Amino acid sequence: MYGKKVKLRAFFILLIFVSLSLTAFLVFKSFEENVVYFMSPSEIKNSSELEAKKIRVGGMVKKKSIKITDSEINFIITDFKNELIVSFKGPVPNLFEEGKGAVVEGFLQDRNYIKAVKILAKHDENYMPPEVKDALEKSN
Amino acid sequence: MANQIGNYSLYIALVASIYLIFQSYKLSKRSSKNLDSKIFSVLSIQSAMILISFFSLIYVFIISDFSNETVYNNSHTTKPLFYKISGTWGNHEGSLLLWLLVLTIFLFIFLIRSKKQSKNYRLLTVLFQEVIIFGFLLFVLFTSNPFTNLFPIPKEGTGLNPILQDPALAIHPPVLYLGYVGTSIIYSSSLAALVCGIVNNNWAQHIKKWIIISWIFLTIGIMLGSIWAYYELGWGGFWFWDPVENVSLMPWFCLTALLHTIIVLEKRNLFKFWTIILSITTFSLSMSGTFLVRSGIFNSIHTFANDPSRGVFILCFLFFLIFLAIFIFFIYQKNISKDLSKTFIISRETVILVNNLFMMFFLSVVLIGTVYPIFLEVINGLKISIGPPFYQKLIVPFLIPFLLFMAMGPKVKWIKDKFEKINLQQFILLIISILISYLLITRYGENYLFAVPLFGLGFFLLFFTIKDFFSKYSALPQKLAHFGFSLFIISVLFNGILAKEYSSNMKVGDKREFMSKTLIFENLKVIQKSNYQSLVGEFKVLDHRNNLKFNPEIRIYNQPKTLTSEADIISTIYSDNFLVFNVLKDDGYYNVRYQYKPFMIWIWLSVILISIGGILSYFKKND
Repeated sequence: MYGKKVKLRAFFILLIFVSLSLTAFLVFKSFEENVVYFMSPSEIKNSSELEAKKIRVGGMVKKKSIKITDSEINFIITDFKNELIVSFKGPVPNLFEEGKGAVVEGFLQDRNYIKAVKILAKHDENYMPPEVKDALEKSN
Repeated sequence: MANQIGNYSLYIALVASIYLIFQSYKLSKRSSKNLDSKIFSVLSIQSAMILISFFSLIYVFIISDFSNETVYNNSHTTKPLFYKISGTWGNHEGSLLLWLLVLTIFLFIFLIRSKKQSKNYRLLTVLFQEVIIFGFLLFVLFTSNPFTNLFPIPKEGTGLNPILQDPALAIHPPVLYLGYVGTSIIYSSSLAALVCGIVNNNWAQHIKKWIIISWIFLTIGIMLGSIWAYYELGWGGFWFWDPVENVSLMPWFCLTALLHTIIVLEKRNLFKFWTIILSITTFSLSMSGTFLVRSGIFNSIHTFANDPSRGVFILCFLFFLIFLAIFIFFIYQKNISKDLSKTFIISRETVILVNNLFMMFFLSVVLIGTVYPIFLEVINGLKISIGPPFYQKLIVPFLIPFLLFMAMGPKVKWIKDKFEKINLQQFILLIISILISYLLITRYGENYLFAVPLFGLGFFLLFFTIKDFFSKYSALPQKLAHFGFSLFIISVLFNGILAKEYSSNMKVGDKREFMSKTLIFENLKVIQKSNYQSLVGEFKVLDHRNNLKFNPEIRIYNQPKTLTSEADIISTIYSDNFLVFNVLKDDGYYNVRYQYKPFMIWIWLSVILISIGGILSYFKKND
């Protein structure tokens, strides 16, 4: 028979191994459900299939596009090639402004229209979403 | 003038650092009994130099000397004195100087407080710590020098980002840094202890104080950041799983695991390898936190400047320190004497190991969630983000067994205990707690993920620890910290389940009805302040019981041109009422957000209680 010490050690090693594989399994399983992809308005235009899951769209808020009603805010988000109409109900962050970068999280209704559930604007006056930067660099 | 003093004293500190590295290495090979007094004096000079450098930076900020580039970029003559001073560490260069300052001061204190330890151990700790200091000195001097001169001298600075002009944020970085940098001492001293072969209960007793002190500062530092995000960013919550928050939480998990493991080493002389591994990991996580935040990868409020060379430098330095640790670990691991004590499955040791297991699980979840998006973008250019549901789904279910162990663990005896000790009283307590939570949940009709067992075990831990206050089983600091944690879990749950939110676009004079409340936008005033213009809204929220008045602000700063919203929060011991408003464009509409947050203040209070547990433990006499 093995000694008590060896048994105990084997038990701990098994415990660590089991918990490691359990962690890996759980993490990657919930990745499938909880990952939100970034897209640019152009990518949405050119996509073959309409994404049904929640997505994030990055771009600039088009100048003079914000329209406010009592309950809703509508605006257009652009990467200077393609545009996307956004409708949103809810609180707006500090630095959300026309002509500034913003990221919108929500569900696509069709290729030109997204219903947003969240707006993110970064707390830096010079910030530009990386997607917009990329798009601008490509178009120039 | 002060500029030059600050700069040159950093160079002197660099020379001192090189001297200390060689001298402490040389001396550690010799077998003299006493620590060379030269080491101590050179270290004092080094600390003094970095202190002088830091104060000269504060001085140039106070007198608004715009020949200094850092001052020009981050200050303005009209800024209040308090924020001129806090602006010193409210930027990349200055905050690194603060890192450096804490690194050296801590080493200095370590040397004074470790007189009872062996000479070689102290010398080697100095050696490892000086390697870190040397690296940071190089980093500060050659990639982010806070004393760079500008010519011609500008008349006016560009100002400090207004959202950083806030009292909580003035003290948040220094406190957090004390926690981060405290882990550097743990790193250096555990490597030194490894080389000297003194990883035992004596060493544990001595290093425990450093672990506790770093843990206290880290805990309070994270809380201060969280409070700030709550009222200043208008995020309206206490935790958002933002990468920058996560980065501070990771070393906290590791440090909390270490905090428990070190007790086993102290009392039972066990888990030697594991303690060393945890010490190294904690510091590596603190460093990578600095790397991730400073390198601009996250693009968040914390990234002051996106200079790739800085990120590369920290990354290389981080890898160097990790490899150094691994290298030393494998060479000297034979120095660790085997665990001789007998171990049994049912014992306090095992329970603490279970705590470690949970901590490591939480740590890996947060680590993967934070790093994976960066990783994926580098690999195939896909941009993704991982939201709060990911963390909640993975962490919340595991809190249930975690809370159970947290309640029962301290009851289990060292060495060996029996299962049969679980008595009827404890079982009844568990049933009552579950029942209470079941009634609460059904009353509010909310169906939340695992709400009943979670609440139940939160209450169980609460009752259990309260009951424990009257028994002599375990130490007071532990009881207080665990009690605080139960309070934390319960208030977070209440906060999550019962919170209400409403938002709308309103003009002055508008009225909105929602959830049997009435929100009225009564008036708007314009007030001129010294460095900003303020729009003060007058709002009322009425329901059948209360009549709440809110005066949130929108501040328009000119230097730099920024808008910030200041939420108005009415805090009572039962709930917070939170109202913030925002301007979208000049058509009279304001975006208004009202939140009802029950037991918000208890979240902060419980964290303070947990920290007090740490403070008590620090001052507890060793029995």
